[in-house]
Amino acid sequence: AWASYMTNSPTLIVMIGLPARGKTYMSKKLTRYLNWIGVPTKVFNLGVYRREAVKSYKSYDFFRHDNKEAMEIRKRCALVALEDVKSYLLEESGQIAVRSSALKIVLHQGSSKLPGVFRHLIWGLKVFFVESVCDDPEVIAANILEVKVSSPDYPERHRENVMDDFLKRIECYKVTYQPLDPDAYDKDLSFIKVINVGQRFLVNRVQDYIQSKIVYYLMNIHVQPRTIYLCRHGESEYNLLGRIGGDSGLSPRGKQFSQALKKFIEEQEIVDLKVWTSQLKRTIQTAECLGVLYEQWKILNEIDAGVCEEMTYAEIEAKYPEEFAMRDQEKYLYRYPGGESYQDLVQRLEPVIMELERQGNVLVISHQAVMRCLLAYFLDKSA
Amino acid sequence: PAARELTQNPLQKTWEPYDNGLPAGHSAQRGVCMTNCPTLIVMVGLPARGKTYISKKLTRYLNWIGVPTKEFNVGQYRRDLVKKYKSFEFFLPDNEEGLKIRKQCALAALNDVRQYLSEENGHVAVFDATNTTRERRETIYKFGEENGYKTFFVESVCVDPEVIAANIVQVKLGSPDYVDCSNDEATEDFMKRIECYKNSYETLDETLDKDLSYIKIMDVGRSYLVNRVMDHIQSRIVYYLMNIHVTPRSIYLCRHGESELNLKGRIGGDPGLSVRGKEFAKSLSQFINEQNIKDLKVWTSQMKRTIQTAEALGVPYEQWKVLNEIDAGVCEEMTYEEIQENYPLEFALRDQDKYRYRYPKGESYEDLVQRLEPVIMELERQENVLVICHQAVMRCLLAYFLDKPAEQLPYLKCPLHTVLKLTPVAYGKCKYVYLLYKSGYTHQER
Repeated sequence: AWASYMTNSPTLIVMIGLPARGKTYMSKKLTRYLNWIGVPTKVFNLGVYRREAVKSYKSYDFFRHDNKEAMEIRKRCALVALEDVKSYLLEESGQIAVRSSALKIVLHQGSSKLPGVFRHLIWGLKVFFVESVCDDPEVIAANILEVKVSSPDYPERHRENVMDDFLKRIECYKVTYQPLDPDAYDKDLSFIKVINVGQRFLVNRVQDYIQSKIVYYLMNIHVQPRTIYLCRHGESEYNLLGRIGGDSGLSPRGKQFSQALKKFIEEQEIVDLKVWTSQLKRTIQTAECLGVLYEQWKILNEIDAGVCEEMTYAEIEAKYPEEFAMRDQEKYLYRYPGGESYQDLVQRLEPVIMELERQGNVLVISHQAVMRCLLAYFLDKSA
Repeated sequence: PAARELTQNPLQKTWEPYDNGLPAGHSAQRGVCMTNCPTLIVMVGLPARGKTYISKKLTRYLNWIGVPTKEFNVGQYRRDLVKKYKSFEFFLPDNEEGLKIRKQCALAALNDVRQYLSEENGHVAVFDATNTTRERRETIYKFGEENGYKTFFVESVCVDPEVIAANIVQVKLGSPDYVDCSNDEATEDFMKRIECYKNSYETLDETLDKDLSYIKIMDVGRSYLVNRVMDHIQSRIVYYLMNIHVTPRSIYLCRHGESELNLKGRIGGDPGLSVRGKEFAKSLSQFINEQNIKDLKVWTSQMKRTIQTAEALGVPYEQWKVLNEIDAGVCEEMTYEEIQENYPLEFALRDQDKYRYRYPKGESYEDLVQRLEPVIMELERQENVLVICHQAVMRCLLAYFLDKPAEQLPYLKCPLHTVLKLTPVAYGKCKYVYLLYKSGYTHQER
C-alpha cells in the first residue's frame, strides 16, 4: 500500500495546551485527515474519561491544582486512557493515537506526573507533541462561546456563568502550565508549537514522514469561516447512454443544469469564490456557463476505469464477469484492470484536500467517484 | 451570453475555450501550483550557513515542479565587479570602499531580479546574500512592495563550529576567492570574514519582525520557526525546506530488467522480464551486495517488471503506484511504427514538444513530474535508496537531481541494464556515475 512507508512504528501524538486553545479541534481534524489518507488513527480525549469518572461536573474547583481528591481522579483517568492507547496501538493495529488533554507534561526523571507514560521506548512508540499556544483573548473567548457553552459540563448553558466558570478553569491550569521549551528543557522532543491559531509555528526534531505530513497539514489548516461547494458536472452524453468514463460533452439537460448552477451561484453572493474543474470536457463545459475564472486540475479527473472505460455496466458484466463481481465485494480497494481504485483516487486527491484547507470559498465541479472521496474526507466517512 | 465553445489542444489534450476561433481567457491550467504575483525569496544568515546550498536546491526544486525560478548570488556580482579578491578586509564594517561596492552589487542584483520577475515571466527569484541587518532587509522588502512581489525570508542560523568548519572545507576552500591560497590561509581569512558580519547581525526576531513572512532554519534543520505563511507557494517552500537534509548518502536509479515487450519493441503494458532481464536482475543483486550500502531502501513501481527485478535482490522493497511508467493511453503496447501508422499526427506532435505532449487518454512528461513530486519529497527525506523504475519516470527523477530543464528531460539517456549512482556534492549538485552498463536498448532518438 502506498502508505506503508509512512509509519513503521506506531506514533502517539500528545496535544498540549491550556483549555480553549483548539486542542480538541486540531485532534479531531488531524485524526480525520490521517484516517482519510489511510493511516488508522484514533482520538483519546481525557475530558471524556473524566466525565465518565465524575458523573456530574460542579464547578471549576475540580480543576484547582491543590484539589488533591480531584487530582487523584484525573491521574487515574490519564492512566486508563493510556492503557486504552496502548491497546489500540499495539493490539488493534492502530497507527496513531492522539491524546487530547489540558494536563501539563512534566518530563524529568523521577517526578513525572504520569509515570512511564512517555517512556515510549518501552512500547516502541514514537511520540510527537502538538502544542497550541494562544494569548489573544478574543480568540479564547470565541472558542469558549463556540464549544464550551454546549459542553456536557454545562447543561444549563447559561452563557455568562459558563464563560465565568470556564475562565476560572483556565486560571487553575495557568498556575502550573509549562509550555514546551525548545531551547533547553524540551530540545530533544519532537513537536510542533502552533502559535495564535497558525500565525506562527515552531517545529522541533521531526523524526519521520508521518510527522512531516502532520506538520505540513497543521500549517495549512485555518479557522476562517468559509464554505466549500461540491458538485458533479452536468449530465453528459455518456451518462445518457449509461457509459462510464470517457470524455464526452454535456447533454442538453446537462447544459440546463449548468445554467441553473450559474443562477444558484449568483444568488448565493459568495465572496471571492474560486472555481475548480477537472480536465475532462464535461466539468469544464459546466464551469464555462458560470462566466467566471476557473482552474483546471488534472488530478480531479474521474476514476480511470482502465479496460472498462466507455462501457456500460451491462457490457462490463458480460465481458469481465469476475471483475464485475470483485468490484461489488470490495469497492474501495478494487482497481479496474489498467485503471484505478478508490484508494488510488484518495492518494491522487490529497493535494486537492490540502489546497482546499488553505483556501476560502471554493466550488469544486468534479465527478462521482472523485466527489465521493472528497465528501468522505469532509464528513469523516470510512473507506 | 452563451457558454463558449471548447477546443481540445492537440498537443496537451486540454480543453480550452475559444471565441470566434481564437483562444479566450477565463481559464487557467493548474500545473502543480499557481503563483499569482511573483515571489521574492530573501536568504538571511552569516557566511557558511548554507544559504547558497539552500538557494540552489530550492531553485532546482521549484523549476522542476514547473515554477520558473532563478537565483541571484550577490557574491557572484561582487566577484564580477572586483576582479581579484584580496582579503577579509574588504568586508570590514568600516571599509567605505568595500561597503560602496557591496551596496552596488546588491542593487545590481535587485535590478536583475526585477527584470526577471517583471519582464521575463519569472515567478520566483531567490536573492542569495547575507542580508544580516534589518536595514538591508527593509530596503529589499520595500523593493518587493514597490514591484508587487511577495517577500519571503529564509534565514539559516547555526552555531555549531563543526558544521561551519565542514562548510568552509566543502565550499569555501575551492572558491575563486581563494584560488591562490593554501587551505589554512583560506580558512583563517574566511573565519575573519565571518567575524566582520557578526557585530551587526540582527537575526529575525519574533517580536520585531512579527509581520514578515519567514522561515528560520536552526542547526541544519533540527528546528524551524515559521511565521505568517501567505500563500500556496510559500507553504510548498516551507514543506520542502523542512524535508531536505545534508546527511551524506547515495541514490541509485535504474530501470527494470529488459521486458518481453521491450524485446518486441512495444511500449507500455505490464509484461514480465525476458531472459536477459532476469539476468540483469541477478547482476543487480550481486552489484548491490558488493556495494555494501548501509540501510538501503528499495522502491519499485506497481508494474510486474520492476517488482520482478526487485524480487531477485532478496530484500524488502516498497511498491509505489506513482512510479508506474508513463501512460501511453491509446498507444499502449504499440510499436513506434504502429503509432506512426495509426496516429501520424500524434507521432509528429510528440516530436515537436515531447515534454508537454500528452498521449490521447494518457499522460505527458509534464503530468509525470506532478505525479512524481511525492517521490522526490520522500527521496529528500530518506538516505540510501535504490529506485527501480521505468524510462520516462527515471528521466523525470534524473532531471530533478541533475537540474535539467524541461526541454532536455525527455531525451535524457536512461538505457536498460544501467544503474545510475547519484551522490550529492557541493551546493546540492549531484555527481553521477554509470554502473553495471550492459547492452543498451536503443530508444527513439531526436
